[in-house]
Amino acid sequence: MFNLFLLQALNGVQFGILLFLVAAGLTLIFGIMDMINLAHGVLYMVGAYFAAAFTALTGDFLLGLAIALPAALLFGLVLEFLIFRHLYERDHLDQVLATFGLILILNEGVKILWGAAPMSVPIPDILSGSIPLIGPLRYPFYRVVIIAAGLATAVGLWLLVNHTRVGMLLRAGAVNAPMVSALGVDIRRLFMLVFGFGAMLAGFAGAMVAPILSVEPGMGDGILILTFVVIVIGGVGSVRGAFVAAILVGLVDTLGRTFGPIVLRSLMDPSAASQTGQTLAPMLIYILMAAVLFFRPSGLFPAKGAAA
Amino acid sequence: MSAGESKIALGGKTARTTPDLARDRRRGIVDGRGAALAAVLLLLALSLLPPIALLIGDPFLVVTATRIMIFAIAALSLDLVLGYGAMVSFGHAAFLGLGAYSVAILLANGTSDILIQTLVAILASALFALVTGAISLRTKGVYFIMITLAFGQMAYFFMVSLSAYGGDDGMTLAARSTLLGLPVLNSDLTLFYLTLGVLALAFVGLRAVIFSRFGRVLRGTRQNPVRMQAIGFQPFAYQLTAYVIAGALAGVAGVLLANQAEFVSPAYMSWQRSGELIVMVVLGGMGTLVGAIGGAIAFLLLEDWLAKFSEHWKLGLGVLLVCLVLFTRGGIAGGIERLFRRAPS
Repeated sequence: MFNLFLLQALNGVQFGILLFLVAAGLTLIFGIMDMINLAHGVLYMVGAYFAAAFTALTGDFLLGLAIALPAALLFGLVLEFLIFRHLYERDHLDQVLATFGLILILNEGVKILWGAAPMSVPIPDILSGSIPLIGPLRYPFYRVVIIAAGLATAVGLWLLVNHTRVGMLLRAGAVNAPMVSALGVDIRRLFMLVFGFGAMLAGFAGAMVAPILSVEPGMGDGILILTFVVIVIGGVGSVRGAFVAAILVGLVDTLGRTFGPIVLRSLMDPSAASQTGQTLAPMLIYILMAAVLFFRPSGLFPAKGAAA
Repeated sequence: MSAGESKIALGGKTARTTPDLARDRRRGIVDGRGAALAAVLLLLALSLLPPIALLIGDPFLVVTATRIMIFAIAALSLDLVLGYGAMVSFGHAAFLGLGAYSVAILLANGTSDILIQTLVAILASALFALVTGAISLRTKGVYFIMITLAFGQMAYFFMVSLSAYGGDDGMTLAARSTLLGLPVLNSDLTLFYLTLGVLALAFVGLRAVIFSRFGRVLRGTRQNPVRMQAIGFQPFAYQLTAYVIAGALAGVAGVLLANQAEFVSPAYMSWQRSGELIVMVVLGGMGTLVGAIGGAIAFLLLEDWLAKFSEHWKLGLGVLLVCLVLFTRGGIAGGIERLFRRAPS
């Protein structure tokens, strides 16, 4: 039982880290630009496709990843230049419509370019295999790499946001963007930077999971909704909130699916328990979100304080 | 604070201090008699469709039109929330699905009467709207959009995991609903006129709601929630009521949808569906009611038309959406309006 718990907890953390990578950029886009971007999930998908394509091209996953990252950054900057920069000042409904349209375009675009069939990326040899945990328990090495890479990114982001001049501007922008602009900062360049960087982080998340998930059109849609839940729980504009909420959502979702039925079995008969557990488990994170919102309508770590 | 007010002076552009004026300009015909006249003409034209279909020998036209009208009902209900309440709800398809599943689940348990099914559908969707609306309306702006989207997904995943009722694959209905024991809905023609009747009733009912005292307060809240509060109204109660009414009506549309397709599936409540409903409302013009009907007709016909060209028709739809938003300042409806205004000269 404990072994299962440990494995599932690790899976939950790994899932949470992934959510964090996607959510970190998006929460800044929401917070600083007061903009709703539905198309962030497809950037994750594009990252995965870039990784798959460049890995196939170079024959090496690490090399493919190294090319996929700047490619995702460039892709984000191009999107910002072509579409997003014209949306910042529009109302939320226009942003919803345009980014919804963008989802349709990119989902269909990858289908045209790479076909509707899922692509698979082999785990590179040096990252395959498993490492021992306790006793006979082993855990896939690649998942450990994902956790480590995600944590390293989180630390890097923390340093960037809290200890650099750009980070200071980001935090100030999340609190009051017009004021930052009034103080003479080129806020449009800051927006562009945030957007490109956010796209790269989402692309990085997509590239990292390419070897363990199937790369297919629409893979970003599910993750987008979960990212929204993370951002709502963590508080719009807060990278710290996104981290805490992402790990929380990852753990609750993964552990709920495994242990929900087990816990229920002690309360009711087994077949009803597994039925109820299966039905309730996918809803757990939404119930968590509703509960957080009920007590703290602007999330756990609101960037704008009480005003938002 | 509304979303519009907080967006001030980016990169030297002038502040948008009067967002409500800008927002109202995009409503083609706000409350005028023109809207009612247009709707009456539209409904009359629809009522003449079956004989025409018979004449030109295309019975499938009636089926297509029924489907379009069902989505028009759902779009109408969303217009109350989106157009009059200024709440960008991104989970409206959930109510459509709840209505459809009310039919399927009751039918599987031996209740086939459409009156009971509709009652259950209304209660289920109204309850879901009440609970999720009460939580969502504690927030505003981007939060509200994300939360309604998340609740919609919650309902979606609930149906996906209901393996007793088809789960992910959905389930085919054994038969259409009955009315007082009679299988009258088995005829596509009866279903067509029933749907048309519901659509007309929904339009008249919503119009009555909008012109009532309640509707005026709701519209006032859209324009300036702070001022409404200052003169003694609680926007929350009015917005929540509108949200519940809209949810219940969309549930009714779901009952019709299940009967029309004789099939229910979680796909009815996917978030793409919710997005399409928003597109329908905006395409036709928000806050006009008749616009929602027109938008549903236009969107579904456009979808059919694009699908004829290529299997990648969604690409075209996406490009169209992005271009409409980018190149028609003041939204899609505003752009179309300008297009029409420019045309005669």
